[in-house]
Amino acid sequence: MKTTLSVLVENHPGVLSRIAGLFSRRGYNIDSLAVGTTENPEVSRMTIVVEGDEYVVEQVKKQLNKLVDVIKVSKIIPEDSVTRELVLVKVDAEPQMRAGIIQIAEIFRANIVDVSRKTMTIELTGDKDKVQAFEELLKPFGIKELVRTGIIAINRGTNCIKVEEE
Amino acid sequence: MKITGAEALVKSLELENVEIIFGYPGGAILPVYDALNNSKIKHVLTRFEQGAAHAASGYARVSGKVGVCMATSGPGATNLVTGIATAYMDSIPIVAITGQVSTSVIGRDVFQEVDITGATAPFTKHNYLVKNAEDIPRIVKEAFYIASTGRPGPVLIDLPKDVAQTVIDFKYPKNIVLRGYKPTVIGHPLQVIRAAEMINEAERPLICAGGGINSARAEKELKKLAEKANIPVVTTLMGTGAFPADHSLYVGMIGMHGVAPANKTVAESDLIIAAGARFADRTIGLMEGFAPKAKIIHIDIDPAEIGKNIPVDTPIVGDVKQVLSEVEKHVASKDKGDWNNYVDSLKQNATYSADSKGLNPVEVIRHLSDKTKGKAIITTEVGCHQMWTAQHYKFIEPRSFISSGGLGTMGYGLPAAIGAQFANGEKMVINICGDGSFQMNLQEMATAMENNLPIKIILFNNQGLGLVRQLQEFYCDKRYNQVHFRFAPDFIKLAASYGIEGLRIQKQEEISAAIDKLIEHKGPFLLECVIDINENVYPMVLNGSPINEMIGG
Repeated sequence: MKTTLSVLVENHPGVLSRIAGLFSRRGYNIDSLAVGTTENPEVSRMTIVVEGDEYVVEQVKKQLNKLVDVIKVSKIIPEDSVTRELVLVKVDAEPQMRAGIIQIAEIFRANIVDVSRKTMTIELTGDKDKVQAFEELLKPFGIKELVRTGIIAINRGTNCIKVEEE
Repeated sequence: MKITGAEALVKSLELENVEIIFGYPGGAILPVYDALNNSKIKHVLTRFEQGAAHAASGYARVSGKVGVCMATSGPGATNLVTGIATAYMDSIPIVAITGQVSTSVIGRDVFQEVDITGATAPFTKHNYLVKNAEDIPRIVKEAFYIASTGRPGPVLIDLPKDVAQTVIDFKYPKNIVLRGYKPTVIGHPLQVIRAAEMINEAERPLICAGGGINSARAEKELKKLAEKANIPVVTTLMGTGAFPADHSLYVGMIGMHGVAPANKTVAESDLIIAAGARFADRTIGLMEGFAPKAKIIHIDIDPAEIGKNIPVDTPIVGDVKQVLSEVEKHVASKDKGDWNNYVDSLKQNATYSADSKGLNPVEVIRHLSDKTKGKAIITTEVGCHQMWTAQHYKFIEPRSFISSGGLGTMGYGLPAAIGAQFANGEKMVINICGDGSFQMNLQEMATAMENNLPIKIILFNNQGLGLVRQLQEFYCDKRYNQVHFRFAPDFIKLAASYGIEGLRIQKQEEISAAIDKLIEHKGPFLLECVIDINENVYPMVLNGSPINEMIGG
């Protein structure tokens, strides 16, 4: 079972290593991890996808909360949230193949960001299923390189994950 | 006021009411030692940095204050590591200060450089690498706050040399702003009432008191609750002393080497009230077989302990002192009944079978317990002697059994005794050790002598590593490997070379007079008890067994 957690942390050096260290020390598996600053430059937000049953996820939440640099840990409910990942894919693209690739990119509303004599690089944003479907369709052309940012997530509607003001 | 970073550190420590630092100087921490020249804080020079960390831990456990240890960068810092991890596992508040190479050369593998904040991250509650001298006062204030509040634990401050030399304008902050650190102290009122109702409805309730009672100073609240409803009390190893051993409701220590009545009581109970205990593996044995008939109330300051090792019916997160006091208000008075009679009968039928050839170590502990009236401060190392002590010394007062429970650190007892004696100059401090563990930090006899500390040492000499030998007997079919020393020093002469008087005994009939001599002797004393190399610790619960299935129980 995969669970997505949103973790607000102090934007201090060393915080990422503390969190990564916690996962390796306690034997939790990270499926994906994305970090960046928030609307408040002192606070970073990590989106962590954890693999594990309910017990593991509970423990991950509690152990994360014990870290002094962790301000807030929230579980993301799939139905009430939007999740996205950015992917860059470099595919083999001899001139005769290009039309097919462009067609797939258009269907997925992906952008072609680089073209060379033999390759094309495409940028795609989407949730996990979309990214996976895209990857499957490009495979026959020959994927040379694939980079993904890791999932980021935000709640739908007025529900916000923020540092509570004192 | 313009002062250097090092002076700011010392000044901040003074403002945190630090009276004593256990440490060892070196290059990178030179500025701090220079600044200490002008401070009223006492510095105790140990003979090994690990000794300084353990001494700070022993001091913290007896005084209830934060213990402070200090070392230089590189090997100085790594030598503190075992002591820091020991304190972490037993939730002991210490602040460890290490020197670091200058910020301009960090990461270049210069002389005596090591990434100590990286190394200690998994077993410190928090740690700091100080980058700006202006941050020193805030960091020190935070460090002491974090170490001593919530679930206590070690905090490390790594101070680069150039930061220590930077001149700053000193201002000590009044407030602490830590939005990511807000321990829950007050137990949830509804959970408290629910727990009280469960206690009122239970027919065979049992309190399991852990180290949290000792660290939260909750012994009075515990006693009040137990006496009001006549609830029997067992303790974990870390909870030893939390409930007076001579009390009629006290059953004993539970666990892998728990005493038989205590382990059996757990199996029959219908409600376990775990107070400041974390259901450690050595305490509960086979998880599925622990207290099979019981519902469980778990009171702990650390939410992450709830449900970590065992499923819980009613969790209460909060300070165990506050929670017990609230629960007690809602608990109905109850006279002693069938359950108490049952527990008492287990206690009366418990016989200790001493199959010793020669001097029986348990008899030594029992004599010591009687002759000190259970009121000495006892430190131990880790091994057979530790278990014999926890089982048979009748601790009357809390915070008087000072031992490495979680990490199981051999070499803990002697330096911890030094810290304990500094924390309490009135009481007799006795380090009970084995010949294996004593040899891990025996250099600290010099620290004790240098400071005129009248520490007593009782050394059980079984010419090797008794508890490991016992494990090999049971789990390796007696294929003994590396558990017998083929060379040993003459411990009496060794002690004498430090100026410590000693006595060696080998016979049962010598015990009483020897203990008298140890107690009456002014100043430090070493009593060596030569015991059989095959002396085991019983009862023993084998791996994979529930704790009520004991060998020799």
